Amino acid sequence: MVLSSIDMSALAERLAADEVKGRSLWADARSRFIRNKAAVGGLILLIVITLYALAAAHVSPYAYDTADFMIMGHAAELGAPSWESGHYFGVDNDGFDVFVRTAFGTRISLFVGIVGSAIAVIVGTLYGATAGYVGGRTDQIMMRIVDILLAIPYMFVLILLLVMFGRSLFMLFVGIGLLSWLSMARIVRGQTLSLKNKEFIQAAQAAGVPAWKIILRHIVPNLLGIVAVYATLLVPDMILTESFISFLGLGPAPPVTSLGALIAEGAGTMRYGYLWSLNAPLAFFVLTQFAFFFVGDGLRDALDPKDR
Amino acid sequence: MFSYIIKRLVVAIPTLLVLMVLSFLLMHAAPGGPFTYEKKLPPEVLANLNAKYGLDQPLWRQMVSYVWGIIAHFDFGPSFVYKDRDVNEIIAQGFPVTLYYGSIAFVVAVVTGVTLGVVAAVRQNSLIDYFAVGLSIGAQVLPNFVMAPVLVLVFALWLGWLPAGGWEGGEISHVILPVIALATSYMASIARITRSSMLEVLTSNHVRTARAKGLPEHKVILRHALKPSLIPVISYLGPAFVAMITGSVVVDSFFSTGGIGKAFVDSALNRDYAVMMGITLLVGVLTIIFNLLVDILYAWIDPKIRY
Amino acid sequence: MKQRLLLSTILSATLAIPAVAANVPEGTALAENQAYNYWMLDAIKSLDPQIVSSVEDSDAVRSLMEGLYNEDGDGNLVPGVALSHDLSEDKTTYTFHLRPEAKWSNGDPVTAGDFVYAWRRLADPATASEYAWYMELMQVVNGAEITAGEKKPEELGVTAIDDHTLEVKILAPLPYFPKMLTHTSVFPVNQKVVEQFGADWTKPGNYVGNGAYTLKDHIVGEKIVMEKSDSYWDAAKTVMSPVTGLTINDENAALTRYEAGELDRTIVPAGQYPRLKEEFPDEATSTPYSCSYTYIFNLAEGKGNEALKDVRVREALSYALDRDIVVNNILQGGQKSAYSWTHWAMNGFTMPEIDYSKWTQAERDEKAKALLAEAGFGPENPLKITLNYNTSEAHQKIAVAVQQMWKQKLGVEMTPQNFEWKVHTDKMNAGDFEMARYAWCADYNEASTFLDLWASYSGNNDAKYANAEYDALLKNAKTAADPGPDYTKAEEILAKDMAIIPIYHYAKVDMIKSDLKGLPQNNVQQTWYAKDLYRVAQ
Repeated sequence: MVLSSIDMSALAERLAADEVKGRSLWADARSRFIRNKAAVGGLILLIVITLYALAAAHVSPYAYDTADFMIMGHAAELGAPSWESGHYFGVDNDGFDVFVRTAFGTRISLFVGIVGSAIAVIVGTLYGATAGYVGGRTDQIMMRIVDILLAIPYMFVLILLLVMFGRSLFMLFVGIGLLSWLSMARIVRGQTLSLKNKEFIQAAQAAGVPAWKIILRHIVPNLLGIVAVYATLLVPDMILTESFISFLGLGPAPPVTSLGALIAEGAGTMRYGYLWSLNAPLAFFVLTQFAFFFVGDGLRDALDPKDR
Repeated sequence: MFSYIIKRLVVAIPTLLVLMVLSFLLMHAAPGGPFTYEKKLPPEVLANLNAKYGLDQPLWRQMVSYVWGIIAHFDFGPSFVYKDRDVNEIIAQGFPVTLYYGSIAFVVAVVTGVTLGVVAAVRQNSLIDYFAVGLSIGAQVLPNFVMAPVLVLVFALWLGWLPAGGWEGGEISHVILPVIALATSYMASIARITRSSMLEVLTSNHVRTARAKGLPEHKVILRHALKPSLIPVISYLGPAFVAMITGSVVVDSFFSTGGIGKAFVDSALNRDYAVMMGITLLVGVLTIIFNLLVDILYAWIDPKIRY
Repeated sequence: MKQRLLLSTILSATLAIPAVAANVPEGTALAENQAYNYWMLDAIKSLDPQIVSSVEDSDAVRSLMEGLYNEDGDGNLVPGVALSHDLSEDKTTYTFHLRPEAKWSNGDPVTAGDFVYAWRRLADPATASEYAWYMELMQVVNGAEITAGEKKPEELGVTAIDDHTLEVKILAPLPYFPKMLTHTSVFPVNQKVVEQFGADWTKPGNYVGNGAYTLKDHIVGEKIVMEKSDSYWDAAKTVMSPVTGLTINDENAALTRYEAGELDRTIVPAGQYPRLKEEFPDEATSTPYSCSYTYIFNLAEGKGNEALKDVRVREALSYALDRDIVVNNILQGGQKSAYSWTHWAMNGFTMPEIDYSKWTQAERDEKAKALLAEAGFGPENPLKITLNYNTSEAHQKIAVAVQQMWKQKLGVEMTPQNFEWKVHTDKMNAGDFEMARYAWCADYNEASTFLDLWASYSGNNDAKYANAEYDALLKNAKTAADPGPDYTKAEEILAKDMAIIPIYHYAKVDMIKSDLKGLPQNNVQQTWYAKDLYRVAQ
């Protein structure tokens, strides 16, 4: 996990100070984001990649789960990319079309990334907001638990989880998501503490709105900025983690695949004459990562306009 | 400060207990045990094996005697798979390996990463900056299981300069490729964090004052800007260091170094309960220690922070 | 009787030309470098002969220890610690004459008592050996009862008549008994050393062996280093030293290291043999290896998938599985398509004529479609099954290909399910599967090691296949003068019931440096002894 929580907390402070101005922050941010060429480029790239992931199966005459027995085992001689044959990115050594397979893998990787960070963000936000809002002893205990969990070696528990409960995509989401909400919870708590004393919250309290409603209706919406940034930065991390899991042989089982699984397979066989089965997934993997980085950076700069 | 450290160490105990119970339960919940073999064991033999390793006891008893073994004799039990080794021996064999190349990789990553980050920040929006940013993102997103075979291909097969794998007691030629494979992505992260925090510090009043005093630019950067801009880097370095000296599964398996990262994955797959627990606890302890060190370093770098 | 005659002719032959260790032809110029580095898939788990369970373990133990007999390059028996043996009239008592000059590496003589101690130790449930059942398999008197805890280890039917005479009593005549003696679990151990160090006796420094090599170093998960032993009775002929086994889990990485010159022998990853053979014609080798690969059905009552209890469905699946694609497109390493279970190269085994092996694949596919329709499955009512396999690149490739064959030809919806090894094994043992990948390797060079597996009384018959006629044939074969016809009939029954889908017979596909000589050429169990190796000057 690469995310720097320090960066995030700087942003959190900034957002907390701005929150009352409401709409104008978002309007400002949007225009700043649009002016950021790298971020917009990243966003466009992301849209293109998503389109490819969704549409490739309809463009290509081949299916992601149908192997060509003529080419199986002879990819080096017969599987080269070719426009005429419709194998735009070539065929891998299992006889699968790389174009549709990469698209399918991209889909799964994006899915893992988004669902994983969604779990992290939802759990982290609710947990942090609750701790911060309720405060006192509850807060202390809840944050101590976070401290304890933060000291648990992340990767080791993930491996344990996968070994224990078998390899399934569902487990992968849950495992990755459940292990990465901790720093989110800390940040959100900090921000909630400063929100708590704002007039509109006190007004709601005076009106007798129950605590859970205040958290959901008034606190959480005001956290959306930081949540959005955090989520964008978390997605590429999730995808990277998934690829590592696939390298260990604990990723999704074929014919389901992911970018990580395709890359791991291609990297092991890169000297066997069908490098195209590595090239395409690796290119999309790197492009996706770049795109998310730029969008995430752009979002952060847009919401936190310091002179960088 | 002192009482703070004590407080943190006290919290470490429940942390380790939670970690232990969690891994213990996960482990035993998994299908298949250490003695699930392809050729089925006669019942009498299996019973003997279970008795020998205490697996015939209820779970809570196993856990209690495990903890007692650690407290009383610093004994983490025998390996269930490697019949003539105990957990201490397995760790004593594998940990120095990862500690060795992990530490070197750490130093390499920090030195190159910070340098790259500082240079990029000082020359913001120059060609050097773009190069550094591009390089660091590229290095960060390229999985090291792609980089490792490429390194081997180039340096071992094509150029023939370095061996393709093995450890040989940490001979320098065997260490170079693992270090590069491990250090790259950390170097990239460090460079990125350093750059963005340096940029922030360079516009701060404190640096402006230093400049106003007419100090030469390199002195401003080294004396006044570098230290405060390292704070976010340091918070990243604690966990990173632990990960580098323990969890380099890819490097361990690709270069066959015999390190602890691979030993952990193997123990999980072999259901070598004791080794798995031992390594998990080791990593847990290291994580706690280095998180604490990071906090202490904070206080040293930024006197405003008080505990 | 036949068996014994065969053995004694070999023995006399080998005694006439006393060439047991490295048999270097005269005039051969040996290379200066006689270090040998070989590839191991996994870490060595134990070097204790009675605890050994994996290929890596036993390969190392065969260099560090020596049993009664060894095997030569063709898989025939040659004297080890035993020079020869006599067989009683009723064929149930073997008397082995041990070599008086054999020594342990600590100088102790190797005696019959060492074997008695080791064999009792193997059967004793207190040792908790994974191969405890081997004593039962060898039919040594009281072996089964001792392992079950019903009798004391001292009651095992093995006695030291004197220091150099060992007597073994078995329950019934067993023609291939001597062949079973090359298995590492019946190698001797030094009682004094084992008792002195306990489980630690196998560590470097403590280890005492009677083989051609001594244990220099063993770093778990990295390597094992063995050096020539001067106390070995035939030490003068040992050429290779040191011998180093390196653990490299990734076959592709191992191949890279071979090409970088760091290994002298390594495995060829699936599908790479043709390319390597072209590039390195002197180094790429493929020889038969006595293991068979199969998909089993769960036939247990009330478990698995009911549809698979219908023999027509099983036949359809088997027919539509194109073995030639598996062998020629995926593995590509000289493996052979299998339509029957026992590996084709087993000693004294004649391959049965299985009718569908003669058909063309098109005929098989036709028949498969018809059978499946007859069983009531079609486009509206597709057959849905799952196949379990354990994590491995080659298993995965085969499973995915088979899934494609069944889907494309029969419309069968098969879901390959990948489990790591322990879970896979656990599910098979518990009968929690519909179909599962399985493979079996010969424990000794005789067909019964394969066929016994599917007997209803076999402990490892996870398919729970049961056929009384099959059981009877195998029981009869144990004592028959020529068990061949029984084996053929048993194979035919297996094919008729389609209890399993045999897929292919293994080949050992390796890269071996061309200057390395003395590795076995025709030993289907791929048993090799480091002492037989030597490197020629080039």
